[in-house]
Amino acid sequence: MTYVLKRILAAIPVLFIVAVIVFLLLHLSPGDPAAIIAGDTASSDDIERIRRQLGLDRPLPEQFVGWLWRLLQGDLGVSVFTGLPVTTMIAQRIEPTLWITFLTIGVAVVLALPMGIVAAWKAGTWIDHAIMALAVLAFSMPVFLIGYLLMFGFAIQWPLLPVQGFRSLSEGFVPFIRHLILPVLSGGLIYTALIARMTRATMLEVLGEDYIRTARAKGVGSLRLLLRHALKNAAVPIVTTIGLGIALLLGGVIVTESVFAIPGIGRLTVDSVLRRDYPVIQGIVLVTSAVYVFVNLVIDLLYTVFDPRIRY
Amino acid sequence: MRRRFLKRLGRALPAALLAAAVFGPLSSPGAQAAEKVVRMIPGGDLKILDPIQNPSYITRNHGYMIYDTLFSQDSNGEIRPQMVDTHSVSPDGLKYTFTLREGLKWHDGAPVTAADCVASIRRWGARDVSGRLLMAATASLDVVDERTFTLTLKEPFGLVLESLGKPSSNVPFMMPERIAKTDPTQQITDTTGSGPFIFKKDEWVPGNKVVYVKNPNYVPRSEPADGLAGGKVVKVDRVEWIYIPDQNTALAAFNNGEVDIFELPQADFIALLEKSPNVKLAADPLGSQGWLRPNHLHPPFDNPKARQALVHMVNQEEYLAAAGFPEKYRLKSCAAYFMCGAPWATDAGGDAVLAGQNLEKAKQLMKEAGYNGEKIVVLTPSDPPVQAAAAMVTVQNLKKMGLNVEAQAMDWSTLLSRRAVKETPDKGGWHIFHTYSVGFDVVSPVVNAYIQGSCDAAPSGWPCDAELEKLRMDWARETDAARRMQITEAIQKRAYEFVPYVNFGQFFQPMAYRSDLDGLLAVGIPVMWNVEKK
Repeated sequence: MTYVLKRILAAIPVLFIVAVIVFLLLHLSPGDPAAIIAGDTASSDDIERIRRQLGLDRPLPEQFVGWLWRLLQGDLGVSVFTGLPVTTMIAQRIEPTLWITFLTIGVAVVLALPMGIVAAWKAGTWIDHAIMALAVLAFSMPVFLIGYLLMFGFAIQWPLLPVQGFRSLSEGFVPFIRHLILPVLSGGLIYTALIARMTRATMLEVLGEDYIRTARAKGVGSLRLLLRHALKNAAVPIVTTIGLGIALLLGGVIVTESVFAIPGIGRLTVDSVLRRDYPVIQGIVLVTSAVYVFVNLVIDLLYTVFDPRIRY
Repeated sequence: MRRRFLKRLGRALPAALLAAAVFGPLSSPGAQAAEKVVRMIPGGDLKILDPIQNPSYITRNHGYMIYDTLFSQDSNGEIRPQMVDTHSVSPDGLKYTFTLREGLKWHDGAPVTAADCVASIRRWGARDVSGRLLMAATASLDVVDERTFTLTLKEPFGLVLESLGKPSSNVPFMMPERIAKTDPTQQITDTTGSGPFIFKKDEWVPGNKVVYVKNPNYVPRSEPADGLAGGKVVKVDRVEWIYIPDQNTALAAFNNGEVDIFELPQADFIALLEKSPNVKLAADPLGSQGWLRPNHLHPPFDNPKARQALVHMVNQEEYLAAAGFPEKYRLKSCAAYFMCGAPWATDAGGDAVLAGQNLEKAKQLMKEAGYNGEKIVVLTPSDPPVQAAAAMVTVQNLKKMGLNVEAQAMDWSTLLSRRAVKETPDKGGWHIFHTYSVGFDVVSPVVNAYIQGSCDAAPSGWPCDAELEKLRMDWARETDAARRMQITEAIQKRAYEFVPYVNFGQFFQPMAYRSDLDGLLAVGIPVMWNVEKK
């Protein structure tokens, strides 16, 4: 418990540094939301008036302190463009991203663990080669290409699934899952390959250990040997890879969201960056950083479950 | 044996039913029969809700859904009353009296009053190009009674009704007085209008979805819909704008029947869509005009000869073909600053355009302008395809002319910010950028913002020419159509000498819609009244 508290407290300076860097990067990079709002026919005066309305004419330190003060009160600010609170915009978008992230990782784990275990168990045989060849293929194909191929096959040639969009679970399970199958598959293949390769490598190492040979000599069955003795000891690097996968997915889900027009955090980030919606970008980066910190903490705690020698 | 089979069947059935539901037909006809929903992929993402503060087309289109106008333009370009029931002009032409139709209500049920309209005109007049001219000519705007107000002019102004019935950005949409009193550069948050649809703010997901429902209290005019004028009869219950930024996904969703309208398919999809049996295309008959804007503040384009060189450099066909428009959807050549095929179209002064590209002449003019090999900065956007293609063609042509060119690549938002920079090009400024406008916004010397010669008050590029400005004001004051045509010709002749911008071609961007839709009005703005879903 003390460890968890310490980690949470340690996250505060990390988030602060992230906030400072993001704020500076955004405000020092080219782009002016006032010019975008003012539009094609605006004069310099129009742009300047809008800049004043948005408070963008104030000195940077003043803008930063104002933002930080509101942040300490739990207020992430309001979108420069939509006028909606940043928290509302993030809340509108977090559900699809979380579902895609966790289902993608879930599907990847379900497929990759057996693949990696079998490949390690049958190392050097055609089964191992076939699994690893598939893994290399999946790893080498960009997500957008897999997405377009799946879309072409299962939404256009055989119109079984929708091309785009997202339905909340609250709208029913069937529409929810129909809209997620293609995005999850297209995003999941790479992670399946990544986790399968990692599982194979660590399992191969563990399967060469003395205690496995002893267990075999004592007549322990193959399945029991693989799952109870080998996999548990190989779990730490696999769990680390899965954790990294979640972190990478949270950042990389933008491609899946763009291809399948899913209104998630990734697309909100890109849209906000393209139109220089500073409060929204700052809010997203902070929330995403907090999620990363949380995922890392969970992974660290999971180590103690799989390896009792690890204590904090 | 049979029992075992039935047992297995019983186990497999739920999975089979779930699979059938998941992979079954895409739409549920029952739900659609209950509620008529039209889904459209809009040309942009609606992020700003205020059509007065922000002139973007997507915000203007949103305005047409939820607001109404005093006057509207019909398919022949004539201005017709819309919210106005009757109007009259005093014999000296200085006092206009307007009476609103009976029964007009805001979405919250309150009646539309003359005071609301006066406040709305004032807010629009502080922001819009023609609105500013009208306000400058106006002595007073007065409420007479609940439904009547007057506009009194200081001097004759020939465009009172044309301005109030202006079809494109910024459109003089009517808003309740409490909202219309907001500073025009500050975004409104209350979306109460009196238009044919009601905006569902609770269902709005910026970057994804905009929802409108039919306004049950809307009282349409009795005349049939014609252009933007006539009765705005709503024949569907709900309209959803589904924003899909990736054009390939948008095309796939449209072909799959997930949406009914694809507002702005990219030009190289047009040929493909034309072949589709379930798809119809409707192009705005007026079209759009491409603009090459030189920066008038810095050499060499502070010299009119250098700007004239750009006119000789442009081959309009080359620009529009590069943007992907099939021949049917582009004009070979158009010399009119105010759109070919439009009421104020003229070839006056446009000999260089009609003669076609002449790079030798362009080179000679650059030399006469004193061009000395300095670097020419062309802002080159990566995203909107028309602007991106145009920038690349310009860069190529300038290089052919032997100029020292730097194509600075950037996203469109950066370009919007960069073009506002007045510094010299070596300090973050620029020489040339490209954009385009729909015909509605170019169609006369008053609405065409880029032809202004008003120096700092003009849009980026800042052309400064007293003669051009004087002619524009003369045009606005003139009430006689024949005389106004003469002034139009004079303006255009002056424009070809001064070159505030170069027209790089007129094209017709079609909207694609599925053939089970009826009544879609091809007006260049995706209005949803009169649309019927079979």
